[in-house]
Amino acid sequence: MAETAAPKVAPDERLVRVGPLAGLLTRPDIGAFLGAVAVFFAFGYFARSVNWIGDPGIAAGWTDQAAQYGIVAVPVALLMIGGEFDLSAGVMIGSSGLLLGYLTTFKHMNVWPAMVLVLVFGLVIGLINGLTVVRTRLPSFIVTLATFFVLQGVNAAGTLKLTGQTAIQDIDTARGFNSARRIFAGDLTHYGFKVKVLWWIGITLTGAWLLAKTRFGNWIYSAGGEPNAARNVGVPVARTKIALFMMTSTIASLMGIIEALELRSMQAKEGIGLEFIFIICAVVGGCLLTGGFGSVIGTLFGAAMLGMVQLGIIDAQWDSNWTFTFQGGILFAAVMLNTLIRSRAQKAR
Amino acid sequence: MTMAHLLEADHISKYYGNIVALNDISTYVDAGEVTCILGDNGAGKSSFIKILSGVHQADKGRLLVEGEEVHFTSPRDARAAGIATVYQDLAMVPLMSIWRNFFLGAEPRKGFGPLQWFDSGKAKSIVRRELSEMGIDIRDPDQAVGTLSGGERQSVAIARAVYFGARVLILDEPTSALGVKQAGVVLKYILQARERGVAVIFITHNPHHAYPVGDRFVILNRGQSLGAFEKSEIDRQELVRLMAGGKELAELEHELEAIKVEV
Repeated sequence: MAETAAPKVAPDERLVRVGPLAGLLTRPDIGAFLGAVAVFFAFGYFARSVNWIGDPGIAAGWTDQAAQYGIVAVPVALLMIGGEFDLSAGVMIGSSGLLLGYLTTFKHMNVWPAMVLVLVFGLVIGLINGLTVVRTRLPSFIVTLATFFVLQGVNAAGTLKLTGQTAIQDIDTARGFNSARRIFAGDLTHYGFKVKVLWWIGITLTGAWLLAKTRFGNWIYSAGGEPNAARNVGVPVARTKIALFMMTSTIASLMGIIEALELRSMQAKEGIGLEFIFIICAVVGGCLLTGGFGSVIGTLFGAAMLGMVQLGIIDAQWDSNWTFTFQGGILFAAVMLNTLIRSRAQKAR
Repeated sequence: MTMAHLLEADHISKYYGNIVALNDISTYVDAGEVTCILGDNGAGKSSFIKILSGVHQADKGRLLVEGEEVHFTSPRDARAAGIATVYQDLAMVPLMSIWRNFFLGAEPRKGFGPLQWFDSGKAKSIVRRELSEMGIDIRDPDQAVGTLSGGERQSVAIARAVYFGARVLILDEPTSALGVKQAGVVLKYILQARERGVAVIFITHNPHHAYPVGDRFVILNRGQSLGAFEKSEIDRQELVRLMAGGKELAELEHELEAIKVEV
């Protein structure tokens, strides 16, 4: 009997039994989850005058804000895990919304084909960012900072020249507007939950699947973690990075479309400043600035946390200028926690 | 008519400008054998493996695979010919798990068309099986490679190359950064790979690591070959002596003795 039994693998003496809590602390996304829960209950106290915890209308408000951050934060997180940054992800929302406005109100295009052109514009900008970074080997921080400023100028000057104002108005006069708005920017329920929230969750789940379960996901980790080793075993590191840049700017374009349809107009300065919010979401979600490590699900919790702070400060009737201070504090706490988790994941278990 | 060897270097020379990196080096390796390339720092070991693995091209001489002359213009060409190189530092991604590293660049997939995903269950079970077949004892395939010791990392890299069908395995100083016990572990896997019919080229500066596993020894010094020996032609003392530059070591010993006497 003993002879026929497969050699039973004895529990390795080096594997110390870790409690479920210590095991969880090696995951990149656990900090963001705990942080989001903490912030939720903190505002449950500070904003108790508005029934923060129980009122679905309140939840509709902060999930709307979180989706605003979280949709683009997904590709930004993947790009960071792949070892790069995109500082043009914020301004691309403005550029894309303005382009949609221009095509529909000045060129009288139907919204649907105009959206296709806007998404192609996103792909092209991402391709330019990616090719420039890969070919010149310059830090993406600098390359996309340049893209950011170029587009910022184009947005402001172009809008002023076209309209004589700082915004493109009356997008809702275009053909196809109502059907497009229903799918991209409509309300979901009578509490005021937005369709945008479904896009946020869908894009997050797709991103998480891509990272954890596909070959491309494996390449993303390796491109950010140790590109030389990856190249040695045949991973197309350059193509992986270019694809990530294209994903980021294209999803920023999608966000621009969503905003233009929701607001029915587009400000020339729309999206500027959000590029850092996306990076904060990704870092809170467990992404390392050095690449190779991070979580898309964690990024969802990061976006939720920032959305709650934004709305919670208003509901608690504090001066909304404190939002920035809170965001900075959250970023700092997240970076400290990430450093701890990374050293646990990498070294002694 | 000599028999064609699996991989043969025939009178290889390499120059960098006016510097002679390698001069007229010849050796070979066959399936199920270990050829050791020995030499001190600057002896030309790394130039030699870069030529074998397609990173550089020889200025003189020929490379032959199964008797056919080959011209590798990139590491990809060498890999296509079944020659895998495991570099000392650049073998793996530390923050990624063992199973993700093992299949990096050759991920098993399932699904149809654009909906294809990385078959992680299959990957993990193959990793567990392959590593245990090589006698490599890892704790958990989900653990990050960064948590492994240097010897374990080299061992996993060797197992990976063997699994992906390497016929010739070039190991660049796999034991040099390791302690005695760890080095012994890696030497064991070199023998395992040999038993599985892989031809191994083992680069090292340590004759004590080379002698127990090697079938053939090539000693390099300042780009020149100090000789190529079958195991039957040389004993351990002679190998150590040649490696250390014989006379120089005797002189050094003499000097040290003199210091001792003075003290």
